[in-house]
Amino acid sequence: MVAPSIVLVIVFVYGLIGQNIATSLERVTTRTFAGNERVVSEGGIANYQLLLADERYQHALWNLLVLTVVFVGGTMLFGVIWALLLEKGVTAEGFFRSVYLFPMAVSFIASGTVWKWLLSPGIGDHEAIGLNRLFLLLGLPELQSRWWSDPGPFNMAAMALPAVWQLSGYVMALFLAGFRGISVDQREAARVDGASEWRIYRHVLFPQLSPIALSALIIIGHMSMKTFDLIYAIAGQNNYVADVPSTLMWVQLFQQGNAPTAAANATILLLIVAVVVVPYLIYTNRTERVAKR
Amino acid sequence: MRFKTAIAAGLASMLALAGCTGGGAAPTAAPAPTTGAPAASEAPATEGGAGGDVGVFTWWAEGSEKAGLAELEKQFKEKYPNDTFVNLAVAGGAGSNAKAKLAADLENNNPPDSFQGHAGAELFDYISANQLEPVNDVIEGLGAASVFPQNLLDLITVDGNIYSVPSNVHRSNVVWANPAVLEQGGVGNEAPADIDAWLADMQKLKDAGVETPLAVGTAPWTQLHLFESVLLAELGTDDYNGLFTDGDWNSPKVASAVDKYAKLLDFANTGGADDWPQATDMVIDGKAAYNVMGDWAVAQFTEKGKTDGTDYIYYPTPGTDGTFLFLADSFTLPVGAKNPEGAKDWLNLVGSAEGQKAFNITKGSIPARTDVPADDFPAYQKTAMESFSNDKIASSIAHGAATQMAWSADMTTALSKFVSDRDQASFVSALAAAAGTYR
Repeated sequence: MVAPSIVLVIVFVYGLIGQNIATSLERVTTRTFAGNERVVSEGGIANYQLLLADERYQHALWNLLVLTVVFVGGTMLFGVIWALLLEKGVTAEGFFRSVYLFPMAVSFIASGTVWKWLLSPGIGDHEAIGLNRLFLLLGLPELQSRWWSDPGPFNMAAMALPAVWQLSGYVMALFLAGFRGISVDQREAARVDGASEWRIYRHVLFPQLSPIALSALIIIGHMSMKTFDLIYAIAGQNNYVADVPSTLMWVQLFQQGNAPTAAANATILLLIVAVVVVPYLIYTNRTERVAKR
Repeated sequence: MRFKTAIAAGLASMLALAGCTGGGAAPTAAPAPTTGAPAASEAPATEGGAGGDVGVFTWWAEGSEKAGLAELEKQFKEKYPNDTFVNLAVAGGAGSNAKAKLAADLENNNPPDSFQGHAGAELFDYISANQLEPVNDVIEGLGAASVFPQNLLDLITVDGNIYSVPSNVHRSNVVWANPAVLEQGGVGNEAPADIDAWLADMQKLKDAGVETPLAVGTAPWTQLHLFESVLLAELGTDDYNGLFTDGDWNSPKVASAVDKYAKLLDFANTGGADDWPQATDMVIDGKAAYNVMGDWAVAQFTEKGKTDGTDYIYYPTPGTDGTFLFLADSFTLPVGAKNPEGAKDWLNLVGSAEGQKAFNITKGSIPARTDVPADDFPAYQKTAMESFSNDKIASSIAHGAATQMAWSADMTTALSKFVSDRDQASFVSALAAAAGTYR
C-alpha cells in the first residue's frame, strides 16, 4: 500500500528537485535587442558563482536573515506569553484561544493586502495612512516609520510584523498543548516541596517543552525562508528593497526569462532550508529511537 | 486589561475596513456610442467567420478596459456569427500576472488563439522564441501603411515580418494638474517650458503650503513611468530613442535626467498612494498639484465627475512637447493556435476601423489607425489623436514599447533601489549595465 505514494514522491518531489538542479547547470544566455544571443555563463557551477557574487542576491539573503530572525523571535515571544496566560486558566479560554489562532486562517495574500495599507510609508499629516495615521491620532508622531520602505539595513523587520501577527497563535497552540501534556501531579509535587511558581516553570515545565520549542523554531523558520506571497502582496513585483531569494526567483524566471539562474537560486534556497531541517529530523529520529528502547 | 484588548482589536478591525473602502476604485466605463459607419470595409476570409471557439487572452479584466473588450466581443458576434468568442482574461495591472500565466501556457504548447501584448520590444521575446506567426497578410488586408502610421509599423516589424495587429495607442508623457491647487501657489495653467521651470513652479507651490506638489505611486512601474518622461525631456526625442539602439547611457544628459528626477522625488509624496489610481486621486482631491500618468487617467477624472479644463488640466510633460511617448496594445497569432482561422477573424476585427472606434472610445485610448474620424471622441482623445498624427514618436520603457521585458525589469529593479537610497551614481551605472546586457 505504501508503494504508490513512494513512487509519486520519488517522481514529483525528488525527480523534480533533480530536474531543477539539472536546469540550474544549463547555459545562461540573454537575447539582445538586435536578436543576438549573448552567453552570460557557460553553465555548470559558474552559474552558482555568478549568482552568489550578484549584489542583488546578497542583498536578498541579508533581507531574508533579518526577516527570519524577527519572524521567529517574534512568534516565539508572543506564542510563549499567550500560552502562559491561557495556561493559567482564564475564563473563556476557548474564546481567547480562537482569537489568537484566528489570523492563521487568513491567507497571506489577503492579510498582505491589508498590511500593505497598514504599513504604508507616508509620514506626516498630509500623507500618513494606516499605522502611521493611527500614531498621529494617538499623539505619538515620533513612532511613525517608513516601515519596509525604509532605506536602512533592517527594513525587513517591518515585513515580519504581519507574519508575526499571523503565526504567533500557532506557536501559542503548540506550547499550550505542551503545557497540557505535562501531568498536574508534577506541579503539585513541586508545590509540596515548596517550589515557587517561577521555579516550577523554570525547572519543571520549561525543560520538558524544549522539543516543542524546537519544532516551533523549525516550522516557523522554514516558513520564513519560503515566504513569497506575503512579500509579493505587500511590496509588489520586483521591488529591490523587499527582495528575498524567493521573490527574486520569480523575477528571474518570469521577468528576466532566466531559468538557469532561477533554478540555481531555488537550489540554494533548498540547501538553506535543509541545513535547518535535516539536523532536526536526525535529532527527532534519534530521540524516538531512545524512547522506544 | 481585557477591556483594553477588546478596544485594540476593535480599532484594528476598523482600520482594516477603512483600508478596504479607501483603495482600489476601478474606473468604470464611459457610455459608448457605437453608431457611425466604418471608413474602410474589410472582407473577412470566410463570410460569417471560420467557426469554432476563438480563445482571446488579455489582461482587460476590469474597468474601462473590460467594457472596451465587451464592445469588441459584441461586434465579433455580429460580424462572425459562426465563431464563438471565449474570454480568457487574467486580472492584474499592466498584465503583470497575465504575462506569467501566458508564459506557462506557451511553454506547454497550449497557447490561446490570440493574446494581447504591448506592441514593440516586448513581443520580441515571443518572436525570438518562435512562439508567434507572422500576420503580414492580415495587416496587408487591413490596408497596412495606408491606415496605420508608418513609424508604428516600423516599430513592430522584425526582419520584414509583422507579428501583431495594433488595437489601440496610449500616450505616456502627460501631466495631469489641478488648477485650484496651482492657484494656491500662484502658478499659471500653462505648461512649464522644461523640467527646471517645472521644478521652480513646484518650489512656489511648496512655499505656498502645498505639501505634495507632485503625486507619484509607490508601485515601481509608476516611478519608471515618471522617469521615462524625465529622460525624454532631458535627452530629446532622437537621443532618447537612440538609448535603445546605440546611445550612451553614461552620457552627462542621462546623469542630468537622474538628477532632475531625484529633485522631482523631493517634491513628491513618499507614500499614501500604492498604484496609479491613488496617485491620480491625490490630484483629483486637491492633495497634490501634478501627476504624470498615461492618458488612461482621463477615465479616472471622468468617473469622479470632473470637468475637463476647469477641474483638471493636462499637457505633455514639460520638455517633451511635440513628442508623443507612445505605448500600444496589439493582438497576435501564436504558433500552434487551435483555431488560426478564427484567430484571424478576431485580428481582422481588432484592426478594423469600426472595431477600433468602438473599443477606444470605451477604453479611453486612441485608435492605432489614422483613418478613424475623431468627431465622436471626447475632448482629451481628440487632442491625443491630433498629436499622434503630427508629433514625433518615442517609445515607452515602462509599457514594453522600447525594451524587452527582461531589460525593463532590470531598470525597474535599479529604480526601486534608487527611490530608496537616492544614490545617483549607482543608478546610472545600473542603467548602463542593463543596456549592456540587453541591447
